[in-house]
Amino acid sequence: MKVGLFIPCYVDAFFPEVGIATLELLEKLGIEVVYPLNQTCCGQPMANAGSQKDAAGVEALFVKNFCDFEFIVTPSGSCAHHVREHLDAIPETPEVQKVRHHTYELVEFLHDIVKADEFPWAEFPHKVGLHNTCTTLRKLRTAKASEIDEPFFSKPLDTLRKVRGIQFVEPSRPDECCGFGGTFSVFEEPVSAKMGYDKVQDHHRAGAEYIVSADMSCLMHQKGCAERLGLEIRFIHIAQILNGSRA
Amino acid sequence: MRPINHAEASSHFIEAKEHLEFHDRRLWDLRLKRDRQAHGIPEWEELRNLASTIKEHTLSHLADYLEQFETQAKTNGAHVHWARDASEHNEIVYGILSARSAKTLVKSKSMLTEECDMRPYLETRGIRIIETDLGERIQQLDDEPPSHIVVPAVHKLRDDVSEVFARTIEAQPGNNDPHYLAEVMRRNTRPYFLNAEAGMTGANFAIAETGSFVVCTNEGNADLSANVPKLHIACIGIEKIIPKFEHLAVFIRMLSRSALGSPITQYTSHFRAPRPGTELHIVFVDNGRSQRLGMKDFWYSLKCIRCGACMNTCPVYRRSGGLSYGATYSGPIGIIIDPAFDIRKYSNLPYASTLNGSCTNVCPVKINIHEQIYKWRQIMVERNQLPLVKKEAIRIIGKVMSEPQLYRAAISATGLAIEHLPRFAIYNWLNPWGKQREVPEVPKQSFRSWYLENRTRQ
Amino acid sequence: MTSRDTILAAVRANQPTPTPAIPAIPLFERLSSRSLLEDFRDALVSMGGKFVPSLDGKSLDALLKSLFPDAQVVCSATPEALGTRLIDSSTEPVELADVDVGVVRAAFGAAETGSVWLSENELTTNALAYLAQHLLVLLDPEQIVGNLHQAYRDPRFKTARYAVLVTGPSATADIEGVLVHGAQGVRSLTVAIVPSPHGDSH
Repeated sequence: MKVGLFIPCYVDAFFPEVGIATLELLEKLGIEVVYPLNQTCCGQPMANAGSQKDAAGVEALFVKNFCDFEFIVTPSGSCAHHVREHLDAIPETPEVQKVRHHTYELVEFLHDIVKADEFPWAEFPHKVGLHNTCTTLRKLRTAKASEIDEPFFSKPLDTLRKVRGIQFVEPSRPDECCGFGGTFSVFEEPVSAKMGYDKVQDHHRAGAEYIVSADMSCLMHQKGCAERLGLEIRFIHIAQILNGSRA
Repeated sequence: MRPINHAEASSHFIEAKEHLEFHDRRLWDLRLKRDRQAHGIPEWEELRNLASTIKEHTLSHLADYLEQFETQAKTNGAHVHWARDASEHNEIVYGILSARSAKTLVKSKSMLTEECDMRPYLETRGIRIIETDLGERIQQLDDEPPSHIVVPAVHKLRDDVSEVFARTIEAQPGNNDPHYLAEVMRRNTRPYFLNAEAGMTGANFAIAETGSFVVCTNEGNADLSANVPKLHIACIGIEKIIPKFEHLAVFIRMLSRSALGSPITQYTSHFRAPRPGTELHIVFVDNGRSQRLGMKDFWYSLKCIRCGACMNTCPVYRRSGGLSYGATYSGPIGIIIDPAFDIRKYSNLPYASTLNGSCTNVCPVKINIHEQIYKWRQIMVERNQLPLVKKEAIRIIGKVMSEPQLYRAAISATGLAIEHLPRFAIYNWLNPWGKQREVPEVPKQSFRSWYLENRTRQ
Repeated sequence: MTSRDTILAAVRANQPTPTPAIPAIPLFERLSSRSLLEDFRDALVSMGGKFVPSLDGKSLDALLKSLFPDAQVVCSATPEALGTRLIDSSTEPVELADVDVGVVRAAFGAAETGSVWLSENELTTNALAYLAQHLLVLLDPEQIVGNLHQAYRDPRFKTARYAVLVTGPSATADIEGVLVHGAQGVRSLTVAIVPSPHGDSH
């Protein structure tokens, strides 16, 4: 199996270890991973601000980079969602359609396509708070949302449970938004920061040593809040745990 | 006229720590109660689908159903009036009151009358209006609009209410016991119910098959307003129509469960015809609804049954309060309705959201709220409603991201800046991110450089 | 063009593509090991109402005396109780302003919510249910339906001028979320399970 790896801009710039972990993990599972060198961004920041015009160039570049892959995998729920549901600032050519239908967030890819059922190299003997981002939860539907009346399911939990030693603690508001929201974090800074503070304090009170998520963007925001608060809590991406990070 | 600045208003709200903490906790509690009720009904999701289907069907045949309602209502002995907009609504109501020399009006909660700004209009023409819903009356006495459509004074603590009542209706200063304060209000309002010449209610639903309308309250104030005076005026938005009583069951089962987490309101009142010797006037109001009906991305917002569940679940609303939206309708539903009234004034509201989607999940009629918020952002950009700073920032990011070399240069420049600039240069008023958060550390190399070093032949 | 015509024309012009007819709404009847009466009682009590399971051999007037010993003005809209104040179709609402206890017989109840159904036929003067300080509602146990879907099939909704589903006493939590009974309407609501007198039918 061969996949095209898409690394979101902020991961490329600030959290390369998440990209490295994603790549190494997929390789450990016997997958050939290709990283198109001219990729930049999926277009989400511009599109979420409402500017289709400014998103168009970026989206076209994304399609150009990834149109030859049967599987496009990214360690970011929000990017995967954007490509699947909102990559529409450019005309819907068959190429664009193909890219949109073949893009996966890492956890759903591991759970639904690879059906990976063990990670023998992984061990994470820590108390962990799982942060299901609003995109993976309510849009990609990788786990049951608390508002909906349906049987419980959770792809991230199923996947992480296969890691030796991991223990889960649950905050009092497991799926309340953490307040990142992309440009919201800057344009509505007061509420965004308050939401972030509430989120990390909730996990901290529940006893979490780490907060783990499938989206580094949310974690970046939560980490910034926790550091400013001086809270003893660490942040790690799901790819890193699955790839064998011990801390 | 400057657009409403939600972010600025929210910063003041957040500073009042005790108020913020109560507001957030109280509304989250209503959300949890709602969950308990919803999970206790196996057919809950099916009810949501039915409610959505009923509303979409009705709205797509709205003219016929409105006419059916009118025919029935007139046969029942009610008068039916039609108001194209807020001013006409106010004129009609004034006309009905003045023709009968009515000087005092007791009214129950109606967001529609807030929307039409009815009170000042009538007051300047010599009509005394008494809000009888406790939350609405608190706000009326404090000369402040309601902040939440179901619990209008949820942003106030008991000390605030005590202060207002001591100032205006002779409550004992310093007595902040909610039971005492509610009793003071009960005794103060009762004479108005007994002596008012006219009573006014809104309506939660209007049933086309019988010309009936339904009012749901917990206090009994709507029933007093409607059943004591000899004149009952009901103001109803044209989108409140549903076809039959059989459909009503679906909505009544979900309304209070969604709003307050209780199976039903204490009073669910159905009005079909006036009491003998009295008059019933129904005023249908358009005020932009027919126009919204024609907006292909936004007409679903007309399904709204005004339960407030979206406000209770919204993490932004809970931490900023309804008044920070500067409109009659606030929170998620407000964001998708208000720009249709005034696109410039409310141009910021679609950005007062993280697009987390919780609102859409709790909406009993399945309005795709967060998707409409997303869509409104596109309209704001198309209609040039973004402030220059935002517009430019987005344009520049878009340009940088569409060209790989520019992107790579920007990343290393940012990295260099963060690494080498002193703290005060990064954390200042120009950098909102840094106001209450640390900026990420700069890694040794980007992913791309690592990849080039470790996975490609040099 | 009148405002009416303008509005209807605008609505017609803007209506979205017609969606299909609405399917019949299921009754969602639930199989329960408990009786309707038990469900009704639990729902009523959780909404703040009081429940009297039977007259237990007492007369209605005796029940009234025991529930409301200090009541001066008792007004009954049902001939089953005497009361101290008469009510008939000519009674104006304001004449009921000093009523301590109102007595009515509900047409039926709904177990899902603990609600009782009252209209001008049961109330005589509608305001009785709101101006009285307390309300005693008589309910025939045979007249309890399951859920609101069943309740809304009752044909009397379509003929009554005014019909109300009353669930517990008047309430509010508008001040700091604290629950208070007796907001504007009755301070307490008691449902007493009393079979309808003979000859009293639908």
